[in-house]
Amino acid sequence: MANNFARILSSKRNVGILSLVGAGSLTAAFLLNREHVTAGAQVRRVYPASAEYPDLRKHNNCMASHLTPAIYAKLVEKATPNGYTLDQAIQTGVDNPGHPFIKTVGMVAGDEESYEVFADLLDPVIKERHNGYDPQTMTHPTDLDSSKLKSGKFDDRYVLSSRVRTGRSIRGLSLPPACTRAERREVERVVVDALAGLKGDLAGTYYSLTHMTDQEQQQLIDDHFLFDKPVSPLLTCSGMARDWPDARGIWHNNTKTFLIWINEEDHTRVISMEKGGNMKRVFDRFCTGLKEVERLIQEKGWEFMWNERLGYILTCPSNLGTGLRAGVHVNLPKLSKDPRFTKILDNLRLQKRGTGGVDTAAVGSTFDISNLDRLGQSEVQLVQTVVDGVNYLIDCEKKLEKGQDIKIPPPFKK
Amino acid sequence: MPFGNTHNNFKLNFKVEEEYPDLTKHNNHMAKVLTKDMYAKLRDKQTPSGFTLDDVIQTGVDNPGHPFIMTVGCVAGDEESYEVFKDLLDPIISDRHSGYKPTDKHKTDLNFENLKGGDDLDPNYVLSSRVRTGRSIKGYALPPHNSRGERRAVERLSVEALNTLDGEFKGKYYPLKGMTDAEQEQLINDHFLFDKPVSPLLLGAGMARDWPDSRGIWHNDGKSFLVWVNEEDHLRVISMEKGGNMKEVFRRFCVGLRKIEETFKKHNHCFMWNEHLGYVLTCPSNLGTGLRGGVHVKLPKLSTHAKFEEILGRLRLQKRGTGGVDTASVGGVFDISNADRLGSSEVDQVQMVVDGVKLMVEMEKKLEKGEAIDGMIPAQK
Repeated sequence: MANNFARILSSKRNVGILSLVGAGSLTAAFLLNREHVTAGAQVRRVYPASAEYPDLRKHNNCMASHLTPAIYAKLVEKATPNGYTLDQAIQTGVDNPGHPFIKTVGMVAGDEESYEVFADLLDPVIKERHNGYDPQTMTHPTDLDSSKLKSGKFDDRYVLSSRVRTGRSIRGLSLPPACTRAERREVERVVVDALAGLKGDLAGTYYSLTHMTDQEQQQLIDDHFLFDKPVSPLLTCSGMARDWPDARGIWHNNTKTFLIWINEEDHTRVISMEKGGNMKRVFDRFCTGLKEVERLIQEKGWEFMWNERLGYILTCPSNLGTGLRAGVHVNLPKLSKDPRFTKILDNLRLQKRGTGGVDTAAVGSTFDISNLDRLGQSEVQLVQTVVDGVNYLIDCEKKLEKGQDIKIPPPFKK
Repeated sequence: MPFGNTHNNFKLNFKVEEEYPDLTKHNNHMAKVLTKDMYAKLRDKQTPSGFTLDDVIQTGVDNPGHPFIMTVGCVAGDEESYEVFKDLLDPIISDRHSGYKPTDKHKTDLNFENLKGGDDLDPNYVLSSRVRTGRSIKGYALPPHNSRGERRAVERLSVEALNTLDGEFKGKYYPLKGMTDAEQEQLINDHFLFDKPVSPLLLGAGMARDWPDSRGIWHNDGKSFLVWVNEEDHLRVISMEKGGNMKEVFRRFCVGLRKIEETFKKHNHCFMWNEHLGYVLTCPSNLGTGLRGGVHVKLPKLSTHAKFEEILGRLRLQKRGTGGVDTASVGGVFDISNADRLGSSEVDQVQMVVDGVKLMVEMEKKLEKGEAIDGMIPAQK
């Protein structure tokens, strides 16, 4: 892999390895000890921090809840080694005070080092978003052994489709909010190269957004695979849509059950899906595919961004840990009208979305049900949660069909 | 993004061909001019406040084309952008402003007495008259680049200056942040309220960051003189009224601008201006006078005439829908304004509007009577 990335990579690798070694405390000394991960050149400022501090009085997102003037003043002069700054990280949260359905995170990472350099803000944000997970003291378990999953086959009369997605970032290259065109193109090259090595039922084809033919585009739309330039201001305000559609594309296997988005909201989004309720098979393929892709990039000297404290590193702090959303489209006509529905979901650690995804409402009585959590539990644990939870929901639906009463389950315990 | 440009230095680790944008499907002024060699030459430069080549061109990379107009595809982040990135911006300015050369000098003339006529446009056809321009405060970065601190300073200075105005210019500032519902309703009804930009041309340049912080609208009690603070430029200054008295609109425009400039000078501030580019604004299309003088005029017959576009071209005028630059006309009513900004003065440009609109209204009347207008078609101005 002798190219001009080698020099940059060698310093970045050290960064990655040192992040594994570090264990933290709350003080500034925490950052100072991690020499290789402190700020890049000092950011030039003309105005004092107090004149620059954003007006967050009407804001309701995690960033606004935790960005005090003191933390702002402390971090505003820092930059990551690539030059990514606090103001850039929080821009999306400043520009988007709130969301109608969910409390948004309100900030992003521009690179792996953002999570270290801006830890004073990101750690409390992570803690709030991930149900008390404390990056200062806890470690995140990674487990992609799908054989451990129990009873992952749902009743097809209720579950219309099953899907597991996650994201992966290529260590050494900046993330979508900050990446240069060259870096983004390198991500595309590295990933497409690796995917070309997949065999058997994972063998597939890459469709670059720039060079796609009209027919290919239509087919991808019909398959519900095509992603489009982001329109959500949450994403556009953080700079993720720059240079669209340069270096963006979709890869999928020939059987259309394993799909990878390149350079959308993350370097890669990896999706395993199929119609019907066989979550076990979906998860099997997910784990096999992910491990195979990892092996292929490692052959060329690359690796995924990961550390013990935060698991897999992705653009949005909400996707740290496993980055995993396992879900089903499930028909629950009676249960969804029951006033206890929300409480039941809460206790099962599940969330509902419309079938169009995160910014949509449900149509009819078909819901997208998936895990709430991302960080602090492993992939196996989270998918098991979904399996157990959805089985419970279907059981409730069946009971209600027979005119029987249902129970709210006890709150979930790990 | 403001300040601290270590990111650009990091980018220089990558080869030119790896960073050069793909402009093969693009149709804007920037894409026509920015070759790979030019990109290579300018990529390591930055202005003193840290604005870089990629910052200049991002909006043009993200927006390959526009359905109605040939967009510029780049912006300035500060006054120095026009110097540091001359190699890119000079040819764009030349292309956009009818061959304006790097050695040309721009004439500024805000003496309203020099305007001939303009008080007799037929109000049966000319529904309203308006003149707008922009001004930038020297020493402060422009909307694509400024930080919150800078933008707030621009607001503070501007509101201070505007609050000293008296007589016909006495007025009030309405910050977008904290506007009451009643105030907002009134400003909408007056057609004064500007909203967060939705055009991807502006969003792609970062002008809507931190909205609505430090944005606001100032207008005089008579509702005929209006200033937008921190929208697409530091200041947009607008004089307007119903009917066809462009002479009066222009008088108020010139007098008001002069008063504002004097007040700024008293506080040791001035506007960005130089002999070559005139008034310096965010978009290269607004250099020179930054002036768009126009009317809303009823031309249902003329607008469907085969030679309408040709007539406009010869009169150096452009048409827009009554909703502004990104709209189409409704009911035969057009927004007609000067096409030029740089290389002719304010008086010259408003004169062209006055003379041109007068002629077109006469043509419309002739067409109403079923008469031909071929003899009236003007020579190229």
